[in-house]
Amino acid sequence: MNKGHISLSHGGGGVETQQLIQQLFYAHFDNELLRQAEDAAVFEANGALAFTTDSFTVSPIFFKGGDIGKLAVAGTVNDLAMMAAKPLYLSCAFMIEEGLPFQSLERIVSSMALELKKTGAKVVCGDTKVVPKGAVDQLFINTSGIGELMSDQIRPSAQGLQPGDVILVSGDIGRHGAVILAERETLQLQAPIESDCNSVWPAVAALLAAGIPLHALRDATRGGLAAVLNEWAQASAVSIDVQEAKLPISESVQGICELLGFEAFDFANEGTFVLSVPAEVADEALAILHQFAFCKNAAMIGEVLEFQPYPKGTTGLVILTSPWGAQRVLEPPQGELLPRIC
Amino acid sequence: MSQTKGHTLALQQLYQGFRDPQTMHALAQQIAEKAKQLSCPLRVMEVCGGHTHTVMKYGLKSLLPEQIEFIHGPGCPVCIMPKERIDQAIALAKMDNTILLTLGDMIRVPGSKTSLAKVRAKGHDVRALYTPMDAIQIAQQNPDKQVIFFAIGFETTTPMTAAVLQQAQQLRLTNLFFHINHVLVPPAVSALLGDDDCRIGALIGPSHVSVIAGAKIYQPLVDSYGLPIVVSGFEPVDVMQSLLMIVEQVLENKPHLQIQYSRAVNWEGNLKAQQLIEQFLVPRATFRWRGLGEIPNSALQLRPEFAQWDTEQVFADHLSNEALDDHKLCICGDILRGIAQPKDCRVFGKGCDPQRPLGSCMVSSEGACHAYYRYANVPKMPSRAQEISR
Repeated sequence: MNKGHISLSHGGGGVETQQLIQQLFYAHFDNELLRQAEDAAVFEANGALAFTTDSFTVSPIFFKGGDIGKLAVAGTVNDLAMMAAKPLYLSCAFMIEEGLPFQSLERIVSSMALELKKTGAKVVCGDTKVVPKGAVDQLFINTSGIGELMSDQIRPSAQGLQPGDVILVSGDIGRHGAVILAERETLQLQAPIESDCNSVWPAVAALLAAGIPLHALRDATRGGLAAVLNEWAQASAVSIDVQEAKLPISESVQGICELLGFEAFDFANEGTFVLSVPAEVADEALAILHQFAFCKNAAMIGEVLEFQPYPKGTTGLVILTSPWGAQRVLEPPQGELLPRIC
Repeated sequence: MSQTKGHTLALQQLYQGFRDPQTMHALAQQIAEKAKQLSCPLRVMEVCGGHTHTVMKYGLKSLLPEQIEFIHGPGCPVCIMPKERIDQAIALAKMDNTILLTLGDMIRVPGSKTSLAKVRAKGHDVRALYTPMDAIQIAQQNPDKQVIFFAIGFETTTPMTAAVLQQAQQLRLTNLFFHINHVLVPPAVSALLGDDDCRIGALIGPSHVSVIAGAKIYQPLVDSYGLPIVVSGFEPVDVMQSLLMIVEQVLENKPHLQIQYSRAVNWEGNLKAQQLIEQFLVPRATFRWRGLGEIPNSALQLRPEFAQWDTEQVFADHLSNEALDDHKLCICGDILRGIAQPKDCRVFGKGCDPQRPLGSCMVSSEGACHAYYRYANVPKMPSRAQEISR
């Protein structure tokens, strides 16, 4: 097989396509269901299932702490985990721009296989399209996933927040967004940071095993923490009071924010999630999270209060309390993130 | 975080200590104590949009006594840009074979019919730069296109534009052009202070302007209008300390010019940067400010000998200079003059919000309306069920 570049013939359905499937995808994603090589994967399932899909485009496709492939697996697996569902099966569709170096694709597929090992989820069906130069930017990936709900009692939901809950985050916030921004703008950081891109199911599984009542779970992807908290406050009709001083933010992320006029709570995360749990189990939940290396900076950042009517036509409210007690509304991010002028 | 040869400066060193809760409480207490002796309300204009941002983002108003009121000044380069200049940027962007470069929020400001962002969505090449120096690289990478830098900003950003032009000249770039909209703080503030409706009792001047231009630029204002002026940094502790200095000046009845931000500001400023500006730019006879109208000698343009880089010379046929007024319901003009607050506007948060701004003050994160919208003060919360102690 020619290992130079992906050409249109690799998507033509003929010999080259078969070679690509056999030598690359089967080699890395190998499992019995995939090897059935039928028009659809057939499998047995028990009880309630969760089903989700996501498409991934990121520039650059390789970044510190990950790549588009790792992102495509972690993103979908995390969406399942946020419903307290154990990730089982994934589909995977590649849209490849002709001319992509074969080595790049191989590196991405191999990184996907490595990420799948963290949860035991399997890619059981897939698709490959190659499109003419310029039709996509290098590579787009879509993954869908099916997961098995692990508990009848614990069903986290955006509508599940209750006054008396506290809000936890599983790690320091804003790293993925900051890394992508720094790489696009070639900012040199004194203390380099890596994207938080990661599959978080093991941590969620541990929380479920300990019987922590998870009222709400959400991975804080695009829109960051600010978007998640605003969606929750409105869905559950509550107020959320966030203590600014308790937000875990790495020095480098804070530095990028200071430099360009951004807020870490508006930046995307790809392996950091937000939890709403009853105050009385907060310490136990944090202790469990801290056992995982990727959750070592997990922290309690705020509390859920009864919603106070606020003259703005909203049904929920997120408040940011400064270290000196001044309070302001924490709005969801809007529009493009543009750097400030001076 | 920025790394230079031989030594490094951690960015956090620049703000650590200037957001310290104990210091904030101590300053708030001192201001409240001294403000009791004020015989009438003290209206302080923070000239710069960056300070408006600090006041709102850090909730400073909730720490201050009622006698002290902020008036939000015209120091936001996006907010004061009149519609006709935005229309000019749009006309330039729509020319064939053109890349239009600008900074930050400028891309979203509505002109008379559309905005640069909407023009971009229709396929024209409009780009927001992180630093003006990127203009050089873009011009080099696109030798077949005309690259236009729509330059905006006060004294702070002007040296960068001059440096880009200097480099373009050295590299003999023939495809990079400049649309100069640089404006000056003192003439605009002087116009406000000279207005009969003026209610301003003291000024907070922006430190970054004086890092370049020196504190000296404000002395004529102190001499003419006899009011306290403090050149202040942008961290919350900086602004609180500046307010304390102002209150003390008022109580002593000795208004003068003070530098709070002594970490980087001196009387003369950066002479090298000033020379660079003078080498390439001269004051315009007059410039129309959004909301404030025509102010003589309040903006800069390229010197005549650099006409070959000046869009207003090279592309004059494409540019209309007809003055365009704001939307009838928009009171950005009164807000920029300090005689109205965003909440006085009938369309605030209704017909006008950051996603669909009617006026420029709602566009920029440094605009007063945007800051009020985004950092709305929260009504007093009921006593909290439990204090977070962990």
